[in-house]
Amino acid sequence: MLDVLQAVFVAPFKDMAGSPAFLVEVLIGGLFAGLMYSLVALGFVLIFKASGVFNFAQGVMVLFAALTLVGLLERRVPVVLALAVTTVVMVALAFAIERLVLRPLVNQEHIILFMATIGLNFFLEGFGEMLWGANVKKLDIGIPDRSFIVRGVQINELELTAAVTAAVLVTLLALFFQKTRIGRALRAVADDHEAALSIGIPLKTIWVVVWSIAGVVAIVAGLMWGAKSGVQFSLSLIALKALPVLILGGFESVPGAIVGGLIIGIGEKLGEVYWGPLVGGAIENWFAYVLALAFLLVRPQGLFGEKIIERV
Amino acid sequence: MSRPGPSGPLLEVDGVSVRFGALIAVNQVSLRVARGEIVAIIGPNGAGKTTLLNAISGFYHPYQGRIAFAGKDRTHLSPPDVAALGIARTFQNVALFRGMSVLDNIMTGRLLKMRGSFLLEALYWGPAKRQELEHRAFVERIIDFLEIQAIRKTQAGRLPYGLQKRVELARALAAEPTLLLLDEPMAGMNVEEKEDMCRFILDVNQEFGTTIALIEHDMGVVMDISDRVVVLDYGRKIADGRPAEVRMDRAVLDAYLGVAHE
Amino acid sequence: MPQTKDTPLGRAGGVRAGSNGPVPSTRRRAWRRRMEPSRPGAARACGVVRATPPAPRPPGPVGHRQVIYREAGQFKETYASDQAIFPIVQDRVVVLAAAVAAFVVPPLVASEYWLQAVLIPFLIYALAAIGLNLLTGYAGQLSLGTGGFMAVGAYAAFKLATAFPQLNVIVVFLLSGVVAAAVGLLFGIPSLRIKGFYLAVATLASQFFLLWLFNKVAWFTNYASSGTITAPDRTLFGALITGPNSTPSARYLTALGLVAVFALVAKNLVRGRVGRSWMAIRDRDIAAEIIGVRPLRTKLLAFAISSFYCGVAGAELVFLYLGSAETLAFDISISFLVLFMVIIGGLGSIVGSFLGAAFIVLVPIVLSNAPHAVGLRLPVALQKQIELMVFGGLIIFFLIVEPRGLARLWQITKEKLRLWPFPH
Repeated sequence: MLDVLQAVFVAPFKDMAGSPAFLVEVLIGGLFAGLMYSLVALGFVLIFKASGVFNFAQGVMVLFAALTLVGLLERRVPVVLALAVTTVVMVALAFAIERLVLRPLVNQEHIILFMATIGLNFFLEGFGEMLWGANVKKLDIGIPDRSFIVRGVQINELELTAAVTAAVLVTLLALFFQKTRIGRALRAVADDHEAALSIGIPLKTIWVVVWSIAGVVAIVAGLMWGAKSGVQFSLSLIALKALPVLILGGFESVPGAIVGGLIIGIGEKLGEVYWGPLVGGAIENWFAYVLALAFLLVRPQGLFGEKIIERV
Repeated sequence: MSRPGPSGPLLEVDGVSVRFGALIAVNQVSLRVARGEIVAIIGPNGAGKTTLLNAISGFYHPYQGRIAFAGKDRTHLSPPDVAALGIARTFQNVALFRGMSVLDNIMTGRLLKMRGSFLLEALYWGPAKRQELEHRAFVERIIDFLEIQAIRKTQAGRLPYGLQKRVELARALAAEPTLLLLDEPMAGMNVEEKEDMCRFILDVNQEFGTTIALIEHDMGVVMDISDRVVVLDYGRKIADGRPAEVRMDRAVLDAYLGVAHE
Repeated sequence: MPQTKDTPLGRAGGVRAGSNGPVPSTRRRAWRRRMEPSRPGAARACGVVRATPPAPRPPGPVGHRQVIYREAGQFKETYASDQAIFPIVQDRVVVLAAAVAAFVVPPLVASEYWLQAVLIPFLIYALAAIGLNLLTGYAGQLSLGTGGFMAVGAYAAFKLATAFPQLNVIVVFLLSGVVAAAVGLLFGIPSLRIKGFYLAVATLASQFFLLWLFNKVAWFTNYASSGTITAPDRTLFGALITGPNSTPSARYLTALGLVAVFALVAKNLVRGRVGRSWMAIRDRDIAAEIIGVRPLRTKLLAFAISSFYCGVAGAELVFLYLGSAETLAFDISISFLVLFMVIIGGLGSIVGSFLGAAFIVLVPIVLSNAPHAVGLRLPVALQKQIELMVFGGLIIFFLIVEPRGLARLWQITKEKLRLWPFPH
């Protein structure tokens, strides 16, 4: 009994203190992983914030964006043009989704919309595979995947670029929502579709804007993930990874997506490295979820969500 | 259904204060409701009337003061425990269960009286079936009393507002309460519907001896049917007495007509 | 004496103006009569009460056409008959006939393919769908952990069957359901604090954790090197119902019997006290609490019963359908699949669970056989992709057309049937 307690509560911390450079490396690895999660979570938050829809298909949108990009690059299209075309494709996708899926389901309950996005997920999966083929593709965007050493700590250049991009993107979006007129309109729409319609907010335009932005975020996320681990079907499963991030950060908070992502990323890495070996490894499947669940029990609305005061 | 009880007020609210963060919604309110009385709680919007009712229901817990029911302190009970004591209520924004039929809604009012053997219920046999049918019979009498027979199988979410209010009253009555709390039972009704509701409320009070506390904005109704009136303003009690007295009270008139506040 | 003086607080004597004092006594006497208990024997009827049945219809302008599906003439004279599961006689007859047919016809005429690939999985998934419907449709607790609970049932059944070989297989199923219920109870505890989507994501924690547990801990598979569990041969009433030598008919009848019993139990639960407290929590949990429903107890009961159903379904999945399985069979895609069944079939409807299960089981089969039937030859990969697209598209289409599911469509059909053959 005592050695179990010792193994869980004492030994891992001793390990951490024992080789601080390694600890920093693990932390940085977690940080980067966390930022990647945040990127994907950001797409969710955007759409949820602006239309109240939990877009399960965000993951597959990331995959679709990456597939399109890679497909174009394989055909020797120059990088800048490829990016531009992909953006156009994602915007067109946003239009299509609004017209065919969202508009007929206006003001339905959230669970119905959620299920519709799962249906969308299946559809885009098949569609993407049909267009671009199902094998793994390599995505080369000109940033080498090599590491350099800073003060005894190994840092990967690609991950660094991804982290910086994510940070910049998130700041821009946070400002967008808080400061601009369109941002305010988006928040109104997320609150109540009908009310927003009745004061003249053009719902259709708003949704296309939002889903397009989410599409662009998906492109960025697809770029980063795809460069790191190749563009393949499992990319769409990132959606599931982003969920604990969303629980932590709240579904509607842009800063929450970041902070949540960082916490999950770091927590997961630490857990895997220092506690994983205790139980035979591979705990990253569920560790993030249990972590998020523990947080939820303390704060049911997430870190950044608004405390719900129930009225009768 | 009426029980002659011991003397002494049925409900005592002593210096109760309820707050949400820095906002004090109910500020040291005291009132007493005697058995068999009809007490009306009135006041401008935002005066804290519904909050007071919610505190009595156990949904909010006062940070100050004491609430006693039938002589026993019950300030910190949870809502189901309060309901078990014999307090039933209706809600300001009708809180019917929209997915269920009217009959099922009213049957939920009987939930506290139903002792279930889970296994027998799973088989819908013997005592479970008998109990279900007994409660059904009781609920049917309430349906007759409130004249809502025609809509008993309609889904509650589809009813017009006035009927929803009546079904809510039926659900509260199904619990055979000693104290009935009504939150704006006449809101949004026309004159005929109000007359009907008044008739029902008076009947409940006179036939079954149920004590009633109601929040209401229609002064005609308040003056007509209540034995006593309590007036709240900005969370404080500013008047408490018979309707005729309260109608003439200076403070009450100020609150409703408005006086320049500094 | 009520005065009619005008005051700033309105006209006093408002509602009862015109009457002098309390309501006249004649009206009160009428009300009192209404409150008397009904005469013994003839309980108050719920439909129109008539002394004699109506005369037969004379031939009208459309000849002897008669509405066949109607409730006219069926008077319920007791509350018991009004509360029956199938109050309309025609319904009762049809359902009874269908039930008998279900037991008799398929073993006689259906091909092995149909039994094995369509009917048996349909029955098993229907059971799981009922379980999830109880939790999500009736009690309003969204759960994405169905696969995990099915896995618990499957592994529990495997351990029980191998550890106690003399135990009757039905008892094994029931016990594994109880184990799943206990686990469901545990993972349902967060539901008091967490609601809605957050709860759904929290149930995912149980899904991933449970599957990891079964993968990691070799005890669950009896230390099999392959990591799979295989159902041992078991007999019921002398016939082999598990293992490679059992006949599809035997397995079909077992699954059918189990789902029929459990569907009846579920229906009894939801039309009584338990179902009402679930629906109250679902619709307005705060008002329900104030009325006296105890939220934790009610929600935990929902989790427990739902997990019981899913656990039995999981055990059946391995014992009666797959034969052997590994954790992959219970991963998140099955959770989503069962959720689809419940939503397309209709939330809050036992019949809907069956309809949804049928839809989800049949669609992929239709989709994979359709090109062949039309004479199209497609490469396998492309076929899979088109299947995915059509599946996703159908789901979206369905949600747009009837978000309340097939059960609602069925209800609408019955409404129309009431008028048929007349147009309106």
